[in-house]
Amino acid sequence: MNKLVKLFITSISAITLALVSFTSSFAKVEGDYIVLGSAISLTGKYSSNGVHTQNGYNMAVERINKMGGVEVQGKKYKFEIIYYDDESNPKRAAQLAERLIKQDGVHYMLGPYSSGLTKAIAPVTEKYKIPMVEANGASRSLFTKGYKYLFAVLSPANQYLEVAIDLAVEKNGGKGVKIAQAFEQDAFSQDVRLGILDAAKRTGSEIIIDDKLPKELNDMAATLAKVKATKPDVLVVSGHTKGALTAIRQISEMKVDVPMLAMTHCDAAKLSKQHGKKSEFALCASQWHKNLSYKDKFFGSGKKYAKDFQKEFGYDPPYQSAESSAALLVFKDAFERANSFDRDAVRDALVDTEMQTFYGNIKFGPGGQNVAKPMILFQVRCKGDDCENRVVAPTKWASDKFYHPIPKWSDRS
Amino acid sequence: MDFLIFKAPMLMVQASLDGILLGILFALIAYGMALQWGVMNIINIAQGDLVILGGYIAYTMYLAGIHPAWGVIVSPIIMFFVGWALYKLVINKVVDRDLFISILATFGIAIVFQQLMNFIFGADVVVAQSEYGTTMLFDNSVTLPNSKIFSAFISVLYAIALVVYMKKSRLGRAIRATAQNARAAKILGVDTEKVYAATFGINAALCGIAGALISITLTLHPYVGLPYTVRSFMIVIVAGLGNLPAVAVSGMGLGLFEEFADYILGTEFRIGAVFMLLVFILVYRRFKLSKKREYLK
Repeated sequence: MNKLVKLFITSISAITLALVSFTSSFAKVEGDYIVLGSAISLTGKYSSNGVHTQNGYNMAVERINKMGGVEVQGKKYKFEIIYYDDESNPKRAAQLAERLIKQDGVHYMLGPYSSGLTKAIAPVTEKYKIPMVEANGASRSLFTKGYKYLFAVLSPANQYLEVAIDLAVEKNGGKGVKIAQAFEQDAFSQDVRLGILDAAKRTGSEIIIDDKLPKELNDMAATLAKVKATKPDVLVVSGHTKGALTAIRQISEMKVDVPMLAMTHCDAAKLSKQHGKKSEFALCASQWHKNLSYKDKFFGSGKKYAKDFQKEFGYDPPYQSAESSAALLVFKDAFERANSFDRDAVRDALVDTEMQTFYGNIKFGPGGQNVAKPMILFQVRCKGDDCENRVVAPTKWASDKFYHPIPKWSDRS
Repeated sequence: MDFLIFKAPMLMVQASLDGILLGILFALIAYGMALQWGVMNIINIAQGDLVILGGYIAYTMYLAGIHPAWGVIVSPIIMFFVGWALYKLVINKVVDRDLFISILATFGIAIVFQQLMNFIFGADVVVAQSEYGTTMLFDNSVTLPNSKIFSAFISVLYAIALVVYMKKSRLGRAIRATAQNARAAKILGVDTEKVYAATFGINAALCGIAGALISITLTLHPYVGLPYTVRSFMIVIVAGLGNLPAVAVSGMGLGLFEEFADYILGTEFRIGAVFMLLVFILVYRRFKLSKKREYLK
């Protein structure tokens, strides 16, 4: 009996082993398919943005495959992605990256959602020299470690709100302004803060409140009371969706009057939907907006992308989806220029990327960050109870004039 | 800059009121914890997740077009049965066991609840709107959201109701008797099994009320339960078990302490300061206890 069991186990493991080695030897390019791998948050606290990311990837894969795929050495290939659920857990993400590379034999990776998870995966892809194009890790520290195989289609976090400070200074007749800021204590928000510090120095502005919000905090009444007492020219808040929602709730409840309010994560927080008129006039940093005039041959324009996305998935694409779709356009372009499946050739082609997509221009800086695309700012504007995000900066794409200063609460109905 | 609060007296008033209003809400959650800790000797790690679940009940009502404030009535009723079921399914198996086992069990419950809420309500941060407006004091220099005043008022109301219920009702007496000595209560004919289930249900109901209030004052997310557990744990440690006035005072005290720590030490030390205080109180208690023991010798 015991022998039988042993025999059974041995044969099963032998078969599995054979299967594993069989699949891995062909996995990078299987028949007509180029196989990409991605660990992505389908469950856990990042699951909604994880799904936006996955939808963005899938949308682009389908579109590229439908329009002829990727041509390498005269042969047409299609994209295919292996996904694993990283449960929003950095440790798990790193394990899965290892599994994708070692067991599934994936040679090209797409990024996960969030800076934290990208940070967990980057050392693994770097170790195995696997090119990774990521679309959802903006933390500056990703681009200062000297990674050679990491490419990000999005602007780094420190650029998120610099534009807002420039705008405030411009409205102040070129003179420096008084800034109050509150940032959550996590890698991303602190990078946004560094950007503000740089902008303040550059413009001769003064930072009068500089609060760092603990991660567990969901009450920023103290910060806002300080803002009320010191009357800054601009209030900057960044703390993911929770920070954006808390800020608007408490600013409106405490009737805090500031001439300008700049934030991140407004669209992810569905600010204009959840808070309605209370969120009006808030300025929000965004990687992308469908009204921008960038174009490419796969998705046409941003507006067209938004329409197709809406049709496919039933909701308006947040920028997380758009940038994820752009990552695949970058890969396609790099494969075709490299005209080879050699990892280093593809990596070198990625370095030389210079292209326009519906999402924006893409050109990678020495750290792997996208240096060709500026951040945009939109402002929440309402007609009656209907609120939407309108692009107000940079002026090139502005569909609306920037409304400044924000009217006092006593004058708002 | 750090001492802005001493330059502007109105900030002091604002900070005190903010701290007290929030403290009262936390005291309500802590009282539930103290109750079932005292009666069943269980530290409920899932406390915060019960709170969030209660909040989602109110939020669901809000989505359906009902004013979320009605959640303070509906949510505790639903949550009472959730608590009861939880007791029958899991807690009754660990109630007489080692404290460590109950911590593990409730920790497991917390994880299951988080994932379930994530599955049902999604991973987005959500808020319900009460549209209660704002109370302005001292020529608009102190502003208090009416939703916070409402939440403190409801918390006090329920706390009083609970105290009266515990004093006067049959079940309340049975709960207190079981807390004092479960074996003696059993011998004298108290159905302790029922008492335990009711206690856990009452605790869940209190969490439900707090959750509904949080949905209109703060924000909801499936994974933000733990800070509420930790906060109520602290309040209970400072106040001791089964003593409502102490819990209320310690809740408000911690709220105040946190607000002032924010102004004086900086926002980043706000929660750290509370933990420092906890360490200080534990050390102080031990010190007092050891002195007493020597005296007894």
